[in-house]
Amino acid sequence: MTLITNRRNFIKNTVMVSSGLAVGFTLGNVTKLFSVEADSVSHELSPFIHIDTESNITLVNPNPDMGQGSIQASAAMIAEELEVGLEEVRIIPSDGQAKYDPQISGGSGAVRRSWEPLRKAGAAVRQMLLNAASRSWEIPLAECYAENAHVYNRIDDRKFKYGDLVTLASTLEVPENPTLKSKSEFKLIGKSHKRGDVIERITGKSTYSIDMQVPRMIHASILHSPTLLGKVVSINATEALKVEGVIDVMKCERSMLYTKFDAVAVIADSSWAAMQGKKALQVEWGGEGDHVSTQDYSESLYTAAGNPGALYSETGTFDQHFSKSRIKAEGLYESNFLSHAPIEPMNGIVEVKDNGTIEVWAGVQGPGQIKDQMAEYMEVPPENVKVNVKLMGGSFGRKSYHDFLLEAGMLSKKLQKPVKVTWTREEDVSQGPYRAGSLSKLQGTVENGKITGLHHHAIGESIYGQINGSPKVGEVDEGIGREIGFENSKYVLDHTKISYTRVVADIPIMWWRSVYAGSFAFGQECFIDELAHLGGIDPLKARLDILKDERYRLVLNTLAEKANYHEALPGGTARGIAIWKSFESISAACVFIVSEGQGVRVKKVISVLDCGLFVNEDMVRAQMEGSIVMGLSAATKEEITYENGVCMQQNFHQYNLMRINEVPEMETHIIANQDTPGGVGEPALPPIAPALNNAIFNLTGVRLRKLPMDLTNIKLT
Amino acid sequence: MATYTININGEDQSFTCDENMPLLWVLREVLQKTGTKYGCGIGQCGACTVHLDGNAVRSCVTPIDSVGEAEVTTIEGIGNAELHPVQQAWEELQVPQCGYCQSGQIMSAVHLLEQNPNPSDGEILDAMSGNICRCGTYDRIKKAIRLATQLSEDNNQLP
Repeated sequence: MTLITNRRNFIKNTVMVSSGLAVGFTLGNVTKLFSVEADSVSHELSPFIHIDTESNITLVNPNPDMGQGSIQASAAMIAEELEVGLEEVRIIPSDGQAKYDPQISGGSGAVRRSWEPLRKAGAAVRQMLLNAASRSWEIPLAECYAENAHVYNRIDDRKFKYGDLVTLASTLEVPENPTLKSKSEFKLIGKSHKRGDVIERITGKSTYSIDMQVPRMIHASILHSPTLLGKVVSINATEALKVEGVIDVMKCERSMLYTKFDAVAVIADSSWAAMQGKKALQVEWGGEGDHVSTQDYSESLYTAAGNPGALYSETGTFDQHFSKSRIKAEGLYESNFLSHAPIEPMNGIVEVKDNGTIEVWAGVQGPGQIKDQMAEYMEVPPENVKVNVKLMGGSFGRKSYHDFLLEAGMLSKKLQKPVKVTWTREEDVSQGPYRAGSLSKLQGTVENGKITGLHHHAIGESIYGQINGSPKVGEVDEGIGREIGFENSKYVLDHTKISYTRVVADIPIMWWRSVYAGSFAFGQECFIDELAHLGGIDPLKARLDILKDERYRLVLNTLAEKANYHEALPGGTARGIAIWKSFESISAACVFIVSEGQGVRVKKVISVLDCGLFVNEDMVRAQMEGSIVMGLSAATKEEITYENGVCMQQNFHQYNLMRINEVPEMETHIIANQDTPGGVGEPALPPIAPALNNAIFNLTGVRLRKLPMDLTNIKLT
Repeated sequence: MATYTININGEDQSFTCDENMPLLWVLREVLQKTGTKYGCGIGQCGACTVHLDGNAVRSCVTPIDSVGEAEVTTIEGIGNAELHPVQQAWEELQVPQCGYCQSGQIMSAVHLLEQNPNPSDGEILDAMSGNICRCGTYDRIKKAIRLATQLSEDNNQLP
């Protein structure tokens, strides 16, 4: 039996001790290291490393953890260079001070963006401690070495604890370019380590954002227009105000990044009372949003597919080549709107104080962004906003949109109290933002048993287009172009073309785990199979024939080996493959299916990932497993639809997420190499949907062209 | 408003609240036991799972008025002196990612093993299909429940 002792204080907001050694660092393209006055150290000045005279090591962590365990990866990178155990680095979240750089979690970037800064900061501190020891002992630096949180001396047996050296070390110059450990010297990086925060998460003791309380706090539940765009015509609060605990009802607004929606808040002494008040509230809404329809949007995508689109890139002469080619195909593949649906719904506390400062307590992906957005919205200087980053109960992109916190800010200003906004699941599912629906139009050619030409025309709403108005309709979204382009796929073909058409959606959209990769890999990788079959080529061979990049080839060959690709399968079963690169990592999947009733069942998924050097092997596997599940869930079950302005899904009985009884066997394989770290939170997701659809074709001869794919009923054509 | 005395994790707790308030919100907002989570409010996701006289229930749809004399066990009530074998297995296999749904997952798993110490694969899936994990930790949950059955057996064989 394990006793719950020595619980590590992994995330705890405490006041920093006020002496010792502190080194700050930037997260920009060029890492800058600098000394921080230890007396003035607070977690407002993040990110930095601090060591006190008792040898306690603290990292004020720049990367909020959505649940992927990235805080421990940050600790490992510091601990590795500092020559201390992983458990010796205490982590506290930064408060969103954009002093040294914007801080955001997203884009699978916790490791890949901090890889150099965190290690450099750790190495700088180690070097300063070594320099301090060398001076104290009056011996050459080369005779000193760091190990197990001590500096040792090669001449005699003397040693210093780090804490003994920090006072002297803090007077020394911070090295500009400290020597990093070579990869072969790594003791922590690349190994599996247990997360320090698991015990708290399995005993109910972790404090998530939704568990936060502050003194004088009151609660708000917010009714949004059922048609998103509908304006408040009238409010009848009589019944709502009769609910025990309800204090007030007031019109408010939901501030989006590109527009504002009307809303009505019910203020109460508890979340539950506020939610009950919201149910009793009667609001008449205008018809401004009645036209919104995902069906209409979808039809606009197909209409746009009839036009050439704005050109992103071209090699050879694709159009000419396509028109005169003998063996060619054209295919359309549609991806649907999806909700992020983290199990912890949107929530947060905001307090607008008498002195003009604002304090936020919330689980957010971008503490730096909410700081700026709150400041702009509330018309205060950014330095007046303090963000306390709390644990997120999942996010998947959703909590990088801070609409719910701006609601709390506005209400707190009116009510002159800290206000906690908690969205219901119904608000979460029916209000967005979502992954946008999109369409891939593909054209391709095959000659002499080899794919020779490919045109991918991506069609749909652009996230930046919606938020910033750029790209405009008719312009290229460079991000989408890069995502689906040949620099990314590394397919080497004689004739290629990438184009894009923006179609405006009146539905708010946002990054959804793997973003455009998840939307457009589906079309491109299904179509590669289509071309392979057209040319009578095996789909694996068809890809290998046009891939020269050794990393991609190794990923595919590893997948083939792990999946026994060249062995025949029993009747009634089939496999399908796909590969995609996103967030600087390459992933391929093989999905095995078996026929069942009128449809098929997913039996097993094998996923291979080349993410370069990685920090914690077990956490990489966990992210791959999660990506397989979320990829299958999205590909086969989830769908957001709007009719007459209203979202047709309100809660989990209508927005279906994959459950444990539907989960196939899974195998994860990580390619070991020494390349620069890539992301791990998202890249294993994009290949799942196309690999599944390719398997369905291989089994049934039916090529599905629209997500989600209903596996229970596959109509033979 | 009504006054209640409810046995929670072995202790009687007296409080006043609205009769219609679900047990979930009593736990979270009246008694400040926040280990039990709100996920959907309609009994679909299982994040709010607690035990009522040993039965796993969705506390978001359990009115406080219906609890009566029943003993309530929450995540805070298991594994206090030492981790429950289910929690040990969860820790060993590093099941949680964000961890938000895991209180509910663990309460469902503990209930399953109390009713059926050696469940088949199908019985595990049946018992756990009411609990959603958006991070997708299902494969580890399956493995952890099998591990927990072994850990429980090992414990029972101790002298």
